[in-house]
Amino acid sequence: MEVDDKISIAHGAGGLYMHKLIKEHILPRFKQRRVVEVPLSLLADSAVVDGIAFTTDSYTVKPLFFPGGDIGRLSVSGTVNDLSVVGGEPLAISCALVIEEGFEIKKLDKILSSMEEAAEEAGVEIVTGDTKVVERGKLDEMIINTAGIGRRSPYLDRNLEKAASDGRSLKSRWLDPRNVRPGDRLIVSGPIGDHAMTIIAARGELGFEAPGLKSDTAPLNHLMERVLEVGGVVAAKDPTRGGLAALLNEWSEATGLGILVKEALIPVRDEVRTGCEILGIDPLELACEGRVVLAVSEGLAEDVLEALRSHPLGREAEIIGWFSDEHEGVVVETEIGGLRYLPMPLGDPVPRIC
Amino acid sequence: MEPLDRVRAVLSKYRDPALARKLVQKIWETARDLSRVRIMHVCGTHEWTITHWGIRALLPDNVEVRAGPGCPVCITPASDIDVAVGLALDGVHVLTYGDMSRAKGSRMISLEDCAAEGGRVGVVYSFMDAVRIAASNPDKEYVFLGAGFETTAPTVAYFVLKGLPRNLKVLSAHRYVPPAVGLLAESEDLEIDAFINPGHASTVSGMRAYKPYFDKCGKPMVFAGFEPIDVLVAIYMVLRQLRDRAPRMENEYVRSVTWEGNLKAQRALQEVFDFEDGYWRGVAIISESAMNFKEKFSQVDARRAYGLEHGRGDYFPSEARCAEIIKGIIDPPDCPLYMKTCTPSTPVGPAMVGLEGTCRIWAQNRILVKDIRCMSGACGLNREARSVRRL
Repeated sequence: MEVDDKISIAHGAGGLYMHKLIKEHILPRFKQRRVVEVPLSLLADSAVVDGIAFTTDSYTVKPLFFPGGDIGRLSVSGTVNDLSVVGGEPLAISCALVIEEGFEIKKLDKILSSMEEAAEEAGVEIVTGDTKVVERGKLDEMIINTAGIGRRSPYLDRNLEKAASDGRSLKSRWLDPRNVRPGDRLIVSGPIGDHAMTIIAARGELGFEAPGLKSDTAPLNHLMERVLEVGGVVAAKDPTRGGLAALLNEWSEATGLGILVKEALIPVRDEVRTGCEILGIDPLELACEGRVVLAVSEGLAEDVLEALRSHPLGREAEIIGWFSDEHEGVVVETEIGGLRYLPMPLGDPVPRIC
Repeated sequence: MEPLDRVRAVLSKYRDPALARKLVQKIWETARDLSRVRIMHVCGTHEWTITHWGIRALLPDNVEVRAGPGCPVCITPASDIDVAVGLALDGVHVLTYGDMSRAKGSRMISLEDCAAEGGRVGVVYSFMDAVRIAASNPDKEYVFLGAGFETTAPTVAYFVLKGLPRNLKVLSAHRYVPPAVGLLAESEDLEIDAFINPGHASTVSGMRAYKPYFDKCGKPMVFAGFEPIDVLVAIYMVLRQLRDRAPRMENEYVRSVTWEGNLKAQRALQEVFDFEDGYWRGVAIISESAMNFKEKFSQVDARRAYGLEHGRGDYFPSEARCAEIIKGIIDPPDCPLYMKTCTPSTPVGPAMVGLEGTCRIWAQNRILVKDIRCMSGACGLNREARSVRRL
């Protein structure tokens, strides 16, 4: 049986298979008829059309409720974050619900309240929506889709100007990996893998409980605003499915540059690290829902790091590596000082994480 | 939390960066007095540790660690896969491990492939699952394709002694590691100077099983565990023995390996199997290495029950250089198929299938040795190693 004949879970897992599906089946069928600043073909977290950032995302997380959040909080945060990481200031989002017959209204209320709470936290409006119900058994509880729009962040121009003061020419007016050059630093805003490991634990797949562990799900627009105010950020992305490994490989491919990261500098909580050890998975492949990775001009990296750490959601931020033109691909210096490549994951090790 | 704490203890002790740095320095200092050193390990898990932690990039240029035949799937004869496929197509339910079911035989058909053609194939995590499945389906006929070393063979032996369900037979492709190390030690293609012996297999066989082979070849043999510090210590122990010209059998993995080994497991193996000449795919026929059922266990032996021949023939896809990779003569990137037509999602050769196969491990970490050498030199990333190199 060829993997190509039918959709498999891996096709939605953020790794190699999903990229293949998008590149071979989706992109060639959707044509571009007008000039779009950030078009579909770039596969950025948001597109930009006539100065408006626009994105959409569907949420299928299982279980619906987990420590640190639920599908409601996730569905607002994820879309707010996708708008924020291209340099957008989120304005409004939509809420489309697909619900299984028999779903408890009480649970629905709780989820919708979470959505409103997260929207308030982010300062966005939920302005439109849709509700569909499918027969019992034809859907596992519910799926939420949100789309969002944002305008250009008022800090973006000055942020990019500051980055360009090192003499680089900017290929894009938005946060975009095409703006990266060798020497740019990579910063992660906090410990990775909390969300995915929380979901794994909530499903009982660890075989024991991991108290203290909770999802990092959070809207990051205020955090992004603060770093853009400091300036020097040329690209940003949230490490969701496929984790840091997928993100870094996408950036290495998009920039044509090598990336070096030091494993010892990458923040990973003890619970996540040991959980990964037990399950035989790599924390670098685990999804986050409230973390962002920034590419920052070398001279401004420390300032951006400081700005991140002054925000509650960025307190544990770290500079983890840099871009280089001296080698290809993503290279990890392991904790003991050895070297290996970090390949693009085939797919997220955990399905239905977001 | 107790399980978390236990894992955490191992992580901090056996992955300590400061200790690793010290060991790397010791390795460089010791290697300075030596000419080329070629160390072979014969365990897929060692290869995983070495590759995943990037240990080769930390070693001086004159110290090379090569992966020998340490993957049970890789060395299982193509003819055994063929007969299992034949049985599955004839309506016998063939049970085996997940990666074994994906290894292709001489007609480039794996058990998994034959399942798509209507062959009866089931994947199990252990022989215990096979026993349970057979017991709960007494009207069906089962054969377990048992691949693996003395690490997995005792489970089979134990259940055979206990008595298998009448409808379950075993096609034993089990192999015993010590004679293979003996053969590799004498190989002229390889010119191996020393061995890192497998921690888990030796936990069963004991160090003493290697004694005759050590006596014959007189090359250092260090029994090692699977954390990065274990492997670095083992490399250092090997180099120290070579420097002092005092080869011996040395135990790094004292928390698991003993001189005697697991006597209970050994007794079960001795009771159930004859240790006979056996073919290792890609390597050779190795005497006293194949665990074949003793005559008194004929009733569980699939070979006797179905009149199957022992595999002698060799077969690899054309152009593929699996045999040389399995034996440890070349590295996966030296094979023209590596990461071109042969990838983890489209494996052609057995070493790309087996979870402990060298190609699979290298592919998962996308390793090209030459790049590593150049990386550690050019990118300035590996400061520790470089500063040590200047010593």
